[in-house]
Amino acid sequence: MIRGRAVVFRDNVDTDVIIPARYLTSTDPKELAKHCMEGLDPNFPNRITPGETILVAGKNFGCGSSREHAPLAIKGCGVVAVIAASFARIFFRNAINIGLPILESEEAASRIREGDTVAVDLATGEIRNETTGEVFKAQPFPPFLQEIIASGGLMNLVEKRVKANS
Amino acid sequence: MGMTVTEKIIAAHAGRERVLPGELVEVTVDVMLANDITAPLAIKEIEKRGIATVHDPQKIVLVADHNTPARDIPSAENVKLMREFAKKHGIPHFFEGGQVGIEHVLLPELGLVVPGDLVIGADSHTCTYGALGAFATGMGSTDIAAAWVLGKTWLRVPESLKFVFSGKRRPFVTGKDLILFVIGEIGVDGARYCAMEFEGPVISELSMDERFTMTNMAIEAGAKNGIIAPDEKTLKYVRETGTPRQPRIFTSDPDAEWQKVFTVDVSQIEPQVAFPHLPSNTRSVYGIPRIEIDQVVIGSCTNGRIEDLRMAAAVLRGRKVHPRVRLLVFPGSPKVLRQAEEEGLIRVFLEAGGVIAPPSCGPCLGGHLGVLASFERCASTTNRNFVGRMGHETSEVYLVNPYIAASSAVAGYITAPDKL
Repeated sequence: MIRGRAVVFRDNVDTDVIIPARYLTSTDPKELAKHCMEGLDPNFPNRITPGETILVAGKNFGCGSSREHAPLAIKGCGVVAVIAASFARIFFRNAINIGLPILESEEAASRIREGDTVAVDLATGEIRNETTGEVFKAQPFPPFLQEIIASGGLMNLVEKRVKANS
Repeated sequence: MGMTVTEKIIAAHAGRERVLPGELVEVTVDVMLANDITAPLAIKEIEKRGIATVHDPQKIVLVADHNTPARDIPSAENVKLMREFAKKHGIPHFFEGGQVGIEHVLLPELGLVVPGDLVIGADSHTCTYGALGAFATGMGSTDIAAAWVLGKTWLRVPESLKFVFSGKRRPFVTGKDLILFVIGEIGVDGARYCAMEFEGPVISELSMDERFTMTNMAIEAGAKNGIIAPDEKTLKYVRETGTPRQPRIFTSDPDAEWQKVFTVDVSQIEPQVAFPHLPSNTRSVYGIPRIEIDQVVIGSCTNGRIEDLRMAAAVLRGRKVHPRVRLLVFPGSPKVLRQAEEEGLIRVFLEAGGVIAPPSCGPCLGGHLGVLASFERCASTTNRNFVGRMGHETSEVYLVNPYIAASSAVAGYITAPDKL
């Protein structure tokens, strides 16, 4: 179970506002985190409590670039999960590959308000708004995606496969 | 039930007779691309795990096209990391310096992608190669790192959307306008997770350069891939690259299943302008208020090919850029630059008062060469106009075709050549 306070964003939050291209010469999540959401909300760092924030957004979250620096920056801020009405597909893959928990639920995204306390269960896809008592159901991931998440990211699985073959 | 071209290519690479939309499949990959922004993350992932070999160095392509020639010490270090990785693993396709062009202009030109290929790239505009009748899609660095090691990746078979273009194009209406119009109609998530297939008499008439422009922007509608089935024009283009690789021709069956079919009468389309801050905020150039601009960019993986430069030069020949405007021209590759020079286009740009930049991604993503200051406005042939895309958060990008970009540079505000 993951728990955090909600920070809410609009539809179509793109990778250029999540982490502008001028910072992409770094691959360090902590460094990237300093500029996360800079283009959209300069006050973003004040809305975040590392380890206790869940990002909630509208549809098409993470649209645009393939830069993995975007989920890395979000994870680097200490965001524990992202809930969106829908995700852009490259961002979806990237988040899973680096072990940033994400859930897709249109209903949860439209009902959760800034500051609500939210608990999510990745295995069942259950999202509970503890402030209002509402419960939402996201589609749980297929088993092989759960395996990637449980392994702590795609490269851990790849490493296992390489070592098994050698 | 038949299959679409996208389904056929995925099935062929999954070792299957057929695949259905929604299925998750493991596929072998023909080309695995990364650039100087995305490759360093992939390389570090592999090296920190002590993985000593890649699956097949011939299939890896590394292009240092974003922050090059190096913008600062960190970007120089990133390219160095790529160079050393290429050397260590014997990767023949590593491009920098005078060999470098924008990856999505360079790879087709060099014959590194052929029809029927399955291509993944750590760059969202990898979908460009769909114009060759290949399945090509963007991913992140970790996915690419995994594929470099395994030679395989996983895919969810996309639902296919068909866009049929017919009618007669009006003056100054290009492939760019057709795709901007479609994105305006369906929205930036209108094709999310889907394949966009373009067909019809207008697509047959389009040059390869204009087809690349259209498939390039499929990602701007959220699509997994854009694709145009190969025809004689495609095969001629591929033959002329001199590639030793054999094309495989796949086309959609007449009874293929489409999630939706859109028909577009191009006779109704005027040159488009996508207003800030989404590529879907499109309007006709003839119906907009006076928008004064500070910069014009002609180039990028969307419109940095030779025909794009010809269009721009046709407007700029014998004219001068407005004194307030900076005109930046970025040829998409060394070949495009050489050809533009031979045809006298470079001279036209210089005489008009333009700046010629080296083949690179340049200002498209606001990192290097031609970054916008606060409240500046740019008319650009690039593909994205998100907040802060080309620089300061208060700057604005208007997406247009090369004709409109060139005439706007002359006028100092966004306008079409016939209004100059």
